[in-house]
Amino acid sequence: METKNKIRILIAKPGLDGHDKGAKIVALALRDAGYEVIYSGLHQTLEQITQTATQEAVDIIGLSIMSGAHLPICEKLINMMKEQELNDVYLTVGGVIPYQDIPKLKEMGVAAVFPGGTSFEEITKGMNRLIER
Amino acid sequence: MLEVKNILAGNQRAGARMIRLIEDNDPTVFGLLKELYPHVGHAFIIGITGSPGVGKSTLIDALISEFRKLDKKIAVIAVDPTSPFSGGAILGDRLRMQRHATDKRVFIRSMASRGQKGGLSRATKDASIVLDAMGYDIIIIETVGAGQADFDITTLAHSTGIISIPGTGDGIQAVKAGILETGDIFIVNKSDKPDADASVYELKMMISMRKPPNLKITRKTGWTPRVLKTIAQNGTGVKELADTFLSHFDFMKKNNFVDQKRNAMETSYFNSLLQDLTLKKLLLLMKNSKEYKEVLQKIQEGSIDPLSAAEHITSKICIFENND
Repeated sequence: METKNKIRILIAKPGLDGHDKGAKIVALALRDAGYEVIYSGLHQTLEQITQTATQEAVDIIGLSIMSGAHLPICEKLINMMKEQELNDVYLTVGGVIPYQDIPKLKEMGVAAVFPGGTSFEEITKGMNRLIER
Repeated sequence: MLEVKNILAGNQRAGARMIRLIEDNDPTVFGLLKELYPHVGHAFIIGITGSPGVGKSTLIDALISEFRKLDKKIAVIAVDPTSPFSGGAILGDRLRMQRHATDKRVFIRSMASRGQKGGLSRATKDASIVLDAMGYDIIIIETVGAGQADFDITTLAHSTGIISIPGTGDGIQAVKAGILETGDIFIVNKSDKPDADASVYELKMMISMRKPPNLKITRKTGWTPRVLKTIAQNGTGVKELADTFLSHFDFMKKNNFVDQKRNAMETSYFNSLLQDLTLKKLLLLMKNSKEYKEVLQKIQEGSIDPLSAAEHITSKICIFENND
């Protein structure tokens, strides 16, 4: 059986926020879209997330954040990704993200933001667009 | 650009990218593997298999901790199934081992089976070469939650651990052929559940009835498979399990079985490479041939059936003299 290139994505829950239903459902939707999804589990430190992204050689990191701390988390993570030379890995964020914060996240270097209410179709399309470009 | 010297220096980013190229069938992989191959042979490869839900990942997590106490460098390849419908996969083994994610001397890599049967992925063998060349002392390979006939792991690992849990069957389950004949160490996990001792007893009985002359190398060594009880969740019995794996490896080394095993591994690797490369090359040659085009034309016209056509084309293959 010929194996064609698959997109690998790490779905991660940073910090103390314990709501992972959203992350799990998105993981399933991406699996159904043909992705290989690595699920990190809850309460991940940013060190764990960058190490996992390195070892798993993923194309995309998808953070699920409900805690309101998305700005400092993304800023720190982007710096750590640079240190680890994860230059070809896209960072995306979903969860409870106020619309006014989206431009700030994009400016930091977040490749895509999927706030609550985004459909699965929009998420997979958005992810595909990152890899195609 | 991926550099072999970075992989040999143990750089995780380089190793991870190499494994990714292997999975994606990148054409540069063959050359890279050839450069790495002279550096393999150091690692002790442990296979862990068993049905879904018996605790393979949790037990590996606990084993990593034990081996780390001995200051071993550990790599894990955890294989999970690819969906036959979407081609996607959820790789969730790693989540039980995440506390080791930031340990620089531990490397965990999830892998989707991508349609391969037998409990492993096509890329598993080549990935183990990369990890061995990176200098890991122990490589643990976790199979897909295996069925009774998924014993590909035994061709890849020095030592195979088969995990079961109490209360999954009467004695007849334990004496069926297949995977149970190939284990070096049997583990009854979740042994705080009722009937754990009965499971241990049944496994021991099955082992005592194994006949030595049957095929598998493990059986020719004179090693009597061990049966151990563990509770992976709280670490009970895990130290003993880690010691048993290491003593099995020592036993193999002392009796020259590591060399024998390496010969068997290399033969099976060679044969599988031969199969892949031959198929690729022959198909390419055939598809570019005049005969192929003619016969394809005839199939479409209906003047020959596909069976006779395939027979006709393959009858043209004549490369090696047959010596018998």
